[in-house]
Amino acid sequence: MFRDITLGQYYPGQSIIHRLDPRTKLLWTLVYIVSLFVADNKYAYGASVLALAAVIILSSVPFTHMLKGLKAVLVILIISVLFNLFLTDGRVLVSFWIFKITLEGIRRAVFMAVRLVCLILGASLMTYTTTPNQLTDGIERGLGFLKLIRVPVHEIAMMMSIALRFIPILTEELDKIIKAQTARGADLESGNFIKRAKAMTPILIPLFVSAFRRAGDLAQAMEARCYHGGRGRTRMNPLSMAGRDYAAIIIMFAYLGGIIVLSVLL
Amino acid sequence: MSIEIKNLSYTYNNPGSENGSRFVLKNISATIKKDEITAIIGPTGSGKSTLVQHLNLLLHASEGDILYDGRSIYGDDFDRKTLRASVGLVFQYPEYQLFENDIFTDVCFGPKNLGLEKDEVESRAKKALLAVGFSDSDFSRSPFELSGGQRRRAAIAGVLAMQPEYLVLDEPAAGLDPKGRRELFQMLRRLHDENGVGIVLVSHSMDDVADFAGKILVLNDGRVIFDDTPERIFSHGEELRTVGLDVPQAARLAEILREYGFDLPQGLITMDRLRTAITDCFNRGDK
Ligand SMILES: Nc1ncnc2c1ncn2[C@@H]1O[C@H](COP(=O)(O)OP(=O)(O)OP(=O)(O)O)[C@@H](O)[C@H]1O
Ligand SMILES: [Mg+2]
Repeated sequence: MFRDITLGQYYPGQSIIHRLDPRTKLLWTLVYIVSLFVADNKYAYGASVLALAAVIILSSVPFTHMLKGLKAVLVILIISVLFNLFLTDGRVLVSFWIFKITLEGIRRAVFMAVRLVCLILGASLMTYTTTPNQLTDGIERGLGFLKLIRVPVHEIAMMMSIALRFIPILTEELDKIIKAQTARGADLESGNFIKRAKAMTPILIPLFVSAFRRAGDLAQAMEARCYHGGRGRTRMNPLSMAGRDYAAIIIMFAYLGGIIVLSVLL
Repeated sequence: MSIEIKNLSYTYNNPGSENGSRFVLKNISATIKKDEITAIIGPTGSGKSTLVQHLNLLLHASEGDILYDGRSIYGDDFDRKTLRASVGLVFQYPEYQLFENDIFTDVCFGPKNLGLEKDEVESRAKKALLAVGFSDSDFSRSPFELSGGQRRRAAIAGVLAMQPEYLVLDEPAAGLDPKGRRELFQMLRRLHDENGVGIVLVSHSMDDVADFAGKILVLNDGRVIFDDTPERIFSHGEELRTVGLDVPQAARLAEILREYGFDLPQGLITMDRLRTAITDCFNRGDK
């Protein structure tokens, strides 16, 4: 029952987007998000939608698959659209009871919806095309400059990849423990909140015990292989920027410039 | 008194999911009788654990039915709580499930969930712990300071304390030492013979099931390929080997001895029987 949880929802593929350096993709995503907030007219929004569509097509991740990511935020999306629709002052088009819909309201609601959808799709496109490990590598290298001010970037990235790796293991374990306690008559579904929270003890304690045991085992295994943190550590597959990455970054600046120009001039 | 499995199929995928529905169990039919020890064997991944989880409704069949004493467990009037109390399931590596400060309280968890009186709960827990070989002085020990094998026994006691009609064990002997194995099987035998508990045992050890079971179900790739007495099943050595199983050591030894001209009868699947047969051979004096 808990196997459905997917995090780091990688969609395997060999497209050019998949092969880009994770740093490029991180930067692009960041810039894209910024651009969505810079854009403030239909031309700028149109341009960012087009850019996203182009990248989605290049990535060859099926569009239906992309839409799945939107399901999770559907409620937020609807609420923010409704708020903008009904609570914006301006020229009234329709009004009934205490509600009124204004021209500006419609405009803002549409822009808000486009912005949110692009934001989610853009960010999930990155996780669809980048494995969690590449992502943490990218973060580690991309934020490497923070080491100068003594931020333990390597250690943080290592913790992130271990955490990501452990999610499927722990969900599987959780599944097993729940079944074992259900077989002993544990009732997890009925009762009020406090009763249900109490019923979680027989689940959570074994889960924590096993998480600690695994963490201990892993620490020992890492020490047995002489792991000692980031200092002086080399990589088996070092990240390297290729021609396509530089091309992508040039396109990125062009895109950002275009959005700014469109927003300011029109 | 029986559990009847009828044309049961199961897939872990939701119907209509991307990778289609790959059935892990395919059209399984079998009858588990209470007065007979049933063993389930099969290569890794053949669906043994999946099958036994159906017996107390932890998994719900995609197709087919299970009748408990003639009534469908999927019927609306069938209470799943009673079923879970009557079919006790001991998981593969059950030591996960321990969570209390001491093993006695932990074993109380099952019967307490059945809504029994405190006295009854404690007397059941005590009986169960003694049955798996703990002594009174062990009751207050923390499950986390026990050895793996002791923890296994504590976990089995946790299910035993619910005093189920059937006890289903998924590879209970994995990782136990020879003495621990022997004691475990003796205990199960006692439960079956003296208390009339129906026993279903999933195992990878041909020797254990040959010695212990009255009937064996052989699973391969989600299908029942044999459902028979141990003697008859282990006469199909070739077929068993092609699916990655084998015959018990005694049967293998008997085959070798036959090649050397010993005149041995069929069905020598335990060391005891083999020993008697060889002694007979020598007494007859024909080699
Ligand atoms: N929770 C699950 N989700 C999806 N597939 C599963 C799940 N559990 C088991 N399977 C698959 O079902 C099949 C049967 O698994 P099962 O655990 O029943 O095998 P088994 O006979 O008990 O094997 P073993 O001897 O290794 O314990 C395997 O192919 C396995 O990959
Ligand atoms: Mg199994």
